[in-house]
Amino acid sequence: MTDQSLIQPPANRHLPGDLAVWMFIFAELAVFGILFIGFTVARSLDPATFHAGRDVLHPWVGLLNTIALITASYLVATAVHQLRHREPGSQLRLWLALAVSSVYTAGKLWEYGDLYSLGYNLGTDTFFMFYFFLTFFHFMHVVLGQIILTVLAVKVRRGDYDGSDMNGMESGASYWHMVDLVWLVLFPMIYVLA
Amino acid sequence: MKYESQRVAMPYFIFALLLFAGQIVFGLVLGLQYVVGDFLFPEIPFNVARMVHTNLLIVWLLFGFMGATYYLVPEEAQTELYSPLLAWILFWVFAAAGTLTILGYLFVDYATLADVTMNRLLPTMGREFLEQPTITKIGIALVVVGFLFNILMTALKGRKTVVNIVLITGLVGLAVLWLFSFYNPSNLTLDKYFWWFVVHLWVEGVWELIMGAILAYVLIKITGVDREVIEKWLYVIIAMALITGIIGTGHHFFWIGPPEYWLWLGSVFSALEPLPFFMMVLFAFNMINRRRRNHPNKAAMLWAMGTAVMAFLGAGVWGFLHTLAPVNYYTHGSQITAAHGHMAFYGAYVMIVLTIISYAMPIMRGRPYGNSNTAQVLEMWGFWLMTISMVFITLFLTGAGILQIWLQRIPESGEALSFMATQDNIALFYWMRFVAGCFFLGGLVVYFGSFFIGGQASAAEEVRGPATEDA
Repeated sequence: MTDQSLIQPPANRHLPGDLAVWMFIFAELAVFGILFIGFTVARSLDPATFHAGRDVLHPWVGLLNTIALITASYLVATAVHQLRHREPGSQLRLWLALAVSSVYTAGKLWEYGDLYSLGYNLGTDTFFMFYFFLTFFHFMHVVLGQIILTVLAVKVRRGDYDGSDMNGMESGASYWHMVDLVWLVLFPMIYVLA
Repeated sequence: MKYESQRVAMPYFIFALLLFAGQIVFGLVLGLQYVVGDFLFPEIPFNVARMVHTNLLIVWLLFGFMGATYYLVPEEAQTELYSPLLAWILFWVFAAAGTLTILGYLFVDYATLADVTMNRLLPTMGREFLEQPTITKIGIALVVVGFLFNILMTALKGRKTVVNIVLITGLVGLAVLWLFSFYNPSNLTLDKYFWWFVVHLWVEGVWELIMGAILAYVLIKITGVDREVIEKWLYVIIAMALITGIIGTGHHFFWIGPPEYWLWLGSVFSALEPLPFFMMVLFAFNMINRRRRNHPNKAAMLWAMGTAVMAFLGAGVWGFLHTLAPVNYYTHGSQITAAHGHMAFYGAYVMIVLTIISYAMPIMRGRPYGNSNTAQVLEMWGFWLMTISMVFITLFLTGAGILQIWLQRIPESGEALSFMATQDNIALFYWMRFVAGCFFLGGLVVYFGSFFIGGQASAAEEVRGPATEDA
């Protein structure tokens, strides 16, 4: 590979998915971005509360969730690849992604139940306000992403997608990767660095 | 006009515009009372004039939304309205109830009004913007239910379009949220919650759906851009409006006694409320740039662009100005709020109703290509006079607000000026606001004048490409 080829953009470069979905994704990232900034500012104002809050969490569950979401994203990405190249296996990968991502939803629900039974909730202190709100807001996005994956899998099964028009598949996959990306910031920020 | 029954929108639009004129007159009375405190006292005290000003606004916008709905739903569904007779009956019921209520405010003192309308049986009166006697509130609910029945029956028997679905979703939301106005708990914090469920979730929630749908309809008609493109924009805009607007209600909860986390949630989500309005600006200008026909109704196009821009400035920018909790700590309930309220209502809701009126009225009056050039020029003069006046009203109120905060809010207690002493210091801004208000009235007169000029635009429209739908 020469230097020349490194700086040349691929010939068939295009925006994966619909522009409307990308506007939606940027708006979502803006919401999370502002919340992340808020979290960082609040932590710098009261590090002791945030440190004490972090110690109550379960980082192993967080790590398991991270692995689950990354694996699901890998499966979704390869499902798009298979469909684009009209190879079999796209549908199976989407169902598998759904199953793997359920590890995340189960893990998160378990942690909520555990913390709630110990008496922690949204109003406990600033750390738990952020913990519950940020992670639950993200949780809702994962659930929406799972609904989208289900729709995509059903459409592939029914033969609605044959690889000629990738708009729907790429839009759904882009959304899913956004959900994954947000967690990759959330996990270290809340479970590790706080 | 494709369906004869669309014409029932006409009385709604005309009555809306009459109430609009009343609202502006009372606005001027109020503007003068700010600086000449006993003007028209004791006949029309400030609190009564304010109630009339704000209630007229709400009622005329409802008339405007209903007119818009009666006009566009049959055309979108490609069928006649289910019952034009019901629409006419509800028009007269609503017009009579609205007029009686306003006259009640003006000629009976509020306590007597509460007494004679049996408020004690179900007390709902006495709250800002929801001052209507309980019986009027029930009347509004019944009119809206009848209206929704008529519209749903029409939409269900015809073509289902995204514009209709979004519009009707907004209207159903409007009706459901209205029910919170009947709940009046004695706990003040709870009372405020439910009050905002009506006030905020109307103007920063479901009304944005109504606005988006009307804007999308007018853009389809005047630009000829593919419906699919416009529908996609509409979906993204309403999703953003709901995502930011619903939790954004929290910016009203800062100081009413709920848990502290609302400071964060209200700040973050309402900070993003400008987004859907910004997207409406991109939407309107993009569609007009990509237009496949040059519609001869230039005035309607001007209103469509104007409403997007002014809604973004008034609701978006001026809202953001004071929505973050640390800022709102100082600005809450100051003239900054008044500045935001004026430009937001004018930009988003007054102008969207005037947009659909500008598009639909000429058609209903037998001028399918729009009013004559002279009438359009006059209408555009009305547009600019009213819009620029509103910009100045907003700027002067913002100036008043900044000075008010500086004198009354920022200094430590003991050093801060009292409320009334502060008002004396900002009187100059109030005078300038009043002058700008007079120009607004002038603009309104010019705008009304444009309706009395005959003739129509020429049918020779320059088609830029194959138009997909008729004007």
